[in-house]
Amino acid sequence: MAARELGDGAFQAELSIPAAHCAACIRTVERALAELPNVTGARVNLSTRRVSVRWRGEVMPPIPSTLVAIGYPPHVFDAAFEGSDQTLAELIRAVAVSGFAAANIMLLSVSVWSGAEGSTRDLFHWLSALIAIPALIFAGRIYYRSAWSALRRFRMNMDVPIAIGITLAYALSLHEVVTHGQHAYFDASVTLLFFLLIGRTLDHMMRDRARSAVIGLARMQPRGALLLEEDGTREYRPVSEIRAGDRILVAVGERLPVDSIVEDGRSDIDAAITSGESVAQPVAPGDELRGGVLNLTGPLTVRALRPASGSFLAEMTRLMEAAEGGRAGYRRIAERVSTLYAPVVHLTALLTFIGWMLVDGNWHQAITIGIAVLIITCPCALGLAVPIVQVVAARRLFEAGIMMKDGSALERLVDVDTVAFDKTGTLTMGSLRLTNADRVAPDHLAIAGALAAHSRHPASAAITAAASRNAAAPLVAPAEIPGCGVEGRRGGDVWRLGRAAWAAPESASAQGTVLSRNGVAVAEFAFDDLLRPGAEEAVRQLRAEGLEVEMLSGDQPARCAEVAGRLGIETYAAGLLPAEKVARVKELAGEGRKVLMVGDGLNDAPALAAAQVSMAPGSAADIGRYAADLVFLGKELDSVTLSRTMARRADRLIRQNIGIAIAYNFIAVPIAILGYVTPLIAAIAMSVSSLIVIGNALRLLRSGPGRAPDATGATAYEEQPA
Amino acid sequence: MSGLVYLLPAALFLGGLGLIGFVWALRSGQYEDLDGAAERVLLDEDPDRS
Repeated sequence: MAARELGDGAFQAELSIPAAHCAACIRTVERALAELPNVTGARVNLSTRRVSVRWRGEVMPPIPSTLVAIGYPPHVFDAAFEGSDQTLAELIRAVAVSGFAAANIMLLSVSVWSGAEGSTRDLFHWLSALIAIPALIFAGRIYYRSAWSALRRFRMNMDVPIAIGITLAYALSLHEVVTHGQHAYFDASVTLLFFLLIGRTLDHMMRDRARSAVIGLARMQPRGALLLEEDGTREYRPVSEIRAGDRILVAVGERLPVDSIVEDGRSDIDAAITSGESVAQPVAPGDELRGGVLNLTGPLTVRALRPASGSFLAEMTRLMEAAEGGRAGYRRIAERVSTLYAPVVHLTALLTFIGWMLVDGNWHQAITIGIAVLIITCPCALGLAVPIVQVVAARRLFEAGIMMKDGSALERLVDVDTVAFDKTGTLTMGSLRLTNADRVAPDHLAIAGALAAHSRHPASAAITAAASRNAAAPLVAPAEIPGCGVEGRRGGDVWRLGRAAWAAPESASAQGTVLSRNGVAVAEFAFDDLLRPGAEEAVRQLRAEGLEVEMLSGDQPARCAEVAGRLGIETYAAGLLPAEKVARVKELAGEGRKVLMVGDGLNDAPALAAAQVSMAPGSAADIGRYAADLVFLGKELDSVTLSRTMARRADRLIRQNIGIAIAYNFIAVPIAILGYVTPLIAAIAMSVSSLIVIGNALRLLRSGPGRAPDATGATAYEEQPA
Repeated sequence: MSGLVYLLPAALFLGGLGLIGFVWALRSGQYEDLDGAAERVLLDEDPDRS
């Protein structure tokens, strides 16, 4: 495990503990770790669900085993997601500095506007100039950097007019001060910076929050595994250190870290997340397993066939990188607007300058008015118009349990016309449902339920759920035989629940899952996939809105046909390999469709990356969650329709806000061109337009998705009664 | 006018103090675990570790 040396013989390590969630967790973890020998300190960070431990000496204290023992299994920290906090800290510092400067300069400006004259005015102006310099350098460099990198590649972004505007406003004001002039725009230049930085910081925080929430779910893919060394010792190591040939212990309920071959033990495995197959399969020594499958019923000792970098997971990552491009061609609305906006604004300012030169030939006046045009058109409202709506929309979605990782996801979601669903784990819960409970004798169902309670097999869970209403019969010595089923005694009889060939060798005709008494089958059980709550309504509503709905699954055709029939999905494909899912998504995109892919498995990840926009449930494999633009934590599939409704409302507000910003320019620019703009007018105009835009965005917060009258009448999301 | 000579520096100094205080709080990591800080209120001080 990676430990950082702090010098002086002290070391520090960080571990992710997703199970920590409360004050008691903090206390338990910190106490248990502090009691270990040589540990000098342990501190839990609840926001990031991590614990950092410091100790002295070369030998690491048994931290992971201690954490496992107290019920907080650690995940070896993944360094790939470090480093985002740096940007946030810089943004917050910039907001603080520019806020300080803006407030002070604004107070000084108010005195000037209310009649300060002569040397007092000059003093206030000089002071403002002094305060503005650090603000422009420290807070403005974020915009200068971004504008420079855009200009260097001969591109335009919103930061170019901002950078030019604030710089020219400052230069002009400085000239005014030196010549004892009346109008200085220090306040305009710094408040502008302040407002825009707020928008940018909010935008960053929203994405950061969603990202860390998604990372906090990192449970599906094991970050480490228990290795069995040649000398018989056991050691917990990160997945990246596993080599081909290593022997790994996989406990019940754990996922296989890498592609491997079973050496010892029998069990059933759930491969839903890797292949989409919903039925658990028995495994025995000699079977090859893919990394990521879940071990259900018995402990296994496996030998790694490939390191993590060559495993199924890595293969998916490669496919995903190749598939990327569903969103590469997409340009955000703000970008599209700014490429038009910046040249128009700069041209207007230039023409104003030339016009005034032609009219009266006064250099100073022409430059002053030209720069006033630049200041008044500085895209203050425009810079806030898009991020503020997306931040508010993200917050609404966050409250509904939907994490949005990128503001552009909402924009891409708006014009989606085809939805492709994965089956297992997405449309279905990945668990089974007993369909013939009414045809099984109640006392047989009760016994089956009592037996099933001793197993983690999905079929057992379905039987337990169906039998829960019946009084459980007492059983003696129930035991699970991995790969076969559960056995127990009652009276003088041996009852078995499991595979027909094992449970009822006497009844040759019995098939599937049976309950047997002394080897004779007494009941057979039939299952189908348990649909995700809200799946039917979601599919129906999407179709009602005129969207094409497809199902892409890796499962067997019979199961797909059954689920598709129940949900009313006409187009479906079964038995697809991951690459075939990508091919289908690309084929649809080739037809000019805008595809929303919803999927959860490892095998869906490349298709998620290939689609225009993608969603994944919180239960999805890590790689799927990282690939998806939106992750929903709830069980309900109506998150899909809710997100779409929210995306469309946000889109409408964004367009309104851009409209407001442009309307503001239509009024303000002629005034500026005619030379009537003073610093006071500029300050009022910019603040008012920003406030209107913010207020308009906040409307998204006020009305619920269902209650909001929809102008287009196309969508109507019915909120579930609480 | 004469009042401004000490009023202005005093105002700027106080404002600057606030700014420095905020940046210090940010640097010393007080904004790093907002959820944890909310929960730690509920914890009793450990006598053996103070």
